[in-house]
Amino acid sequence: MSGRHPLLWTSRSQHPPLHFTFTHSTPTLLETAEQIRDRLVTRFPAAQIVLVPNPGPAAEHSLLLDATHAPDIARFLRDDPVLRLDYCSNVTGVDWPDKDITGITKTSVPDPAGGPPKIVEQKTVRRQPGCLEAVYHLYSMALKHGPVILRLCTANRIDAVTLPSLTPVWRACDFQEREIFDLYGIVFEHHPDLRRLLMWDEFKDHPMRKDYVEPDDYEWEPTAHGAVLERAKAHLTPATTAIKEGPKP
Amino acid sequence: MSTSQVSGFNTQVSAPGPFGGPAGPTVRAVHDQFHGDLLEVSMGPQHPSTHGVFRMVVTLDGEQIVKLKPVFGYLHRNHEKIAENTSYLGSMPYTDRLDYLCSMSTNWAYALAVEKLDGQPVPDRAQYLRIIMAELTRLLNHSCLVGFLFNDLGTSFTPLLYAFREREKILDLFESLSGSRMMCNYQRFGGCRVDPSPEWLEAARRLAENYPRFLDEYEAMLTGNEIMLARTQGIGRLNSTHAINAGLTGPVLRASGVDYDVRKIDGYGVYPRFDFRVPLGAHGDTYDRYMMRILEMRESVKILSQAFRDLPAGPIMDPKAKLRGFRPKAGEAYGRIESPKGELGFYLISDGSPNPYRYRVRPPSLINLTLLEEMCLGHTVADAVVILGSIDIVLGEVDR
Amino acid sequence: MLGSGIIKGLAVTAKNFVGSYYDPARMTTVEYPEQPTVLPENYRNFPFLVSENATDPMGTLRCVACQICEKECPPQCIIIEKSKDKKPDANGKMQLYPAVFGIDTSVCMSCQICVEVCPFDAIKMDKVFEIAATDRFLDLYLNREQLAKPNTYYHQIHPEEAAEVDGRLTADRKAAEEKAKATAAAKAAAPVAAPKPADSAVAPKPASPAVKPQDEPRRLVSPKPGEGGSPLGEGGPAKSS
Repeated sequence: MSGRHPLLWTSRSQHPPLHFTFTHSTPTLLETAEQIRDRLVTRFPAAQIVLVPNPGPAAEHSLLLDATHAPDIARFLRDDPVLRLDYCSNVTGVDWPDKDITGITKTSVPDPAGGPPKIVEQKTVRRQPGCLEAVYHLYSMALKHGPVILRLCTANRIDAVTLPSLTPVWRACDFQEREIFDLYGIVFEHHPDLRRLLMWDEFKDHPMRKDYVEPDDYEWEPTAHGAVLERAKAHLTPATTAIKEGPKP
Repeated sequence: MSTSQVSGFNTQVSAPGPFGGPAGPTVRAVHDQFHGDLLEVSMGPQHPSTHGVFRMVVTLDGEQIVKLKPVFGYLHRNHEKIAENTSYLGSMPYTDRLDYLCSMSTNWAYALAVEKLDGQPVPDRAQYLRIIMAELTRLLNHSCLVGFLFNDLGTSFTPLLYAFREREKILDLFESLSGSRMMCNYQRFGGCRVDPSPEWLEAARRLAENYPRFLDEYEAMLTGNEIMLARTQGIGRLNSTHAINAGLTGPVLRASGVDYDVRKIDGYGVYPRFDFRVPLGAHGDTYDRYMMRILEMRESVKILSQAFRDLPAGPIMDPKAKLRGFRPKAGEAYGRIESPKGELGFYLISDGSPNPYRYRVRPPSLINLTLLEEMCLGHTVADAVVILGSIDIVLGEVDR
Repeated sequence: MLGSGIIKGLAVTAKNFVGSYYDPARMTTVEYPEQPTVLPENYRNFPFLVSENATDPMGTLRCVACQICEKECPPQCIIIEKSKDKKPDANGKMQLYPAVFGIDTSVCMSCQICVEVCPFDAIKMDKVFEIAATDRFLDLYLNREQLAKPNTYYHQIHPEEAAEVDGRLTADRKAAEEKAKATAAAKAAAPVAAPKPADSAVAPKPASPAVKPQDEPRRLVSPKPGEGGSPLGEGGPAKSS
């Protein structure tokens, strides 16, 4: 172990000076999301890249990538001299459960009696399949611009929940992808160490999913109301409800 | 002496050995053959040097760390799920509990993200007040951090208590303004909650004015201390390429010489109107990370004096801002600020309902730990404690 | 010179040690509980309910059981049940009152959101912090009898804020009276050709309270004509900020 700890009996002046920077940079992105999409499409013709518009005032549009090409595209974005998105700031999961979309189709049936055609409304329920989504916010520390937002979608929410890990491209995804695996259940392929991050290893479910059902470990509380009261009803006894009135004056 | 008596921990090293062998060897008794054997030590969660309930599973060769795995989640309360079941306003007091040392900055980050989501303007006075609060928070966080760092170095409590003395003055200001020392709950969407009185501003201005005197004293005590230099210089080196790739932010990143400060890059709030510098390190070792904090505090004092000088009169809340029944437009936004720990971001997806559809905190404390193992490898346990201290984590934010 | 840094540091600690005997800036601790600290005006701890009158706290609660705070409370620690009947409030207007109002202080996180959203200035933050209990459920659950504190107490703990609230409430009350007066005058003017202005002017006079922050019974006993049947939540001391 000797030699690892050279005793640096240096004074502060011998330590090379720290320096300061004064730059005020502009946070503009050189390319818009559309331009990046177009460039990616020419570079990766086989890849499916969809521009997902953001209707809100932030107007940061994102790019939905297909899973197979995602690592290559990510590597390209990181090394591309125009973008140089070397910094992956935020990685997060989003759960989109199955959604029933009721559409009403109106068909006009001609009246056999010769009157005006009758309009028949027909309700159609279309089940939009849900998915689990991983969202990556990329910035460039070298060129100081961003963000470029990437999205990856799983095929469904039950069995095909695999996405390629981008940890080999950006180490910053390491803990955050583990967290998504933990809380959403997306399995990241080629992640170096995919374990639960926040919940304990024996935990079964994925608590951040929208359809997660909390275990019925209700703890009695005096102010239960709303959803908690509904849950509490199974546990309440008359004696525990009586205290709401308080001591009689 | 049997094996289990020696260590008291699980002595079976089950993971593959760090030297490329298959499974690691079983630890033999100390008196038998100490060197070359691996010992797995669980540091934490109840360990004073882990700054909370953080656990490091450290594999040791003698006293040298050959493997280190951080274990999180002891303070996990699924803040994001709670926030998705609460109104936008209702999540604001919960953000105080993320980074409980810097509730003012955390409030701002959340308010910033919601304002970005809804396109909510903020009046000028509120912007200046936010900067005053954020920079005061930076002062108190960095003073405490330096105190804790020296506590980790083994210099007992003295620097920490001096730091706490100064911190208490700032907390008194926060208390008289917002009603609570640490859980300030001060920012609102479109402004701030309370307008400070002229006396408060005068007291805060005087505090900022006198702060360099405390820093000088602090530095006289610590910066030139030979023991401290020996213990921090060259310890926990981090090069800039790795730091960028691992998404490290804040003083930890800048100590490695990367010029990236969200205050400068995004220019959120009214930071572009302020004249301040961003210190950069040269080595990326613990000493540079310590110096980053000291220099940043000096710059914060400069920002504060400019803010008190230029603080405009006017309303502190946008008149159109809604407190109750707030429903932002559908869409998403990622708002980030430079919190004292690093880049603190909030990612929100709104579907137009009163609750956020998705609410995500990008915790700088957690992501700055990504390279903890690399920084600690080859150092001793005592150094690992110092390296962890220099990264500056708060477990409320790591585990959320 | 090797060791000079350490000596410099020791000089600093020596300065602080000696300074702590005479320099108040270096001696910042207080001998609690013998020596209490002065809490700032804005200090907040747990909420309480403001009642107008100390002698009849339950009858003069400002709370009208609108349940806004119950809905907005982030940890959901407030429980309110509306009354079945109506009682005259401080303005003499018939209002609902909370039959049950409870706060679980073991859950409350003192965030003050209930105070901010309350349109009736009925709930305010208390400053009591020396609360210890032996039962973690029942002792920390405060019912409305325990929560109700008179307006004078509010003036004691938050003097500036309470004066501002009282001024606002009085102004609102005056405005409401003016309005009532105007409508009464209009009503009187419509059927009768020659109205008596003295009648309508005199009638609401005792209702205008002085801007005084004491616990004078400021409550009108009889509801004013024309206002008794007004729907809940309209007018009154309501003021959304």
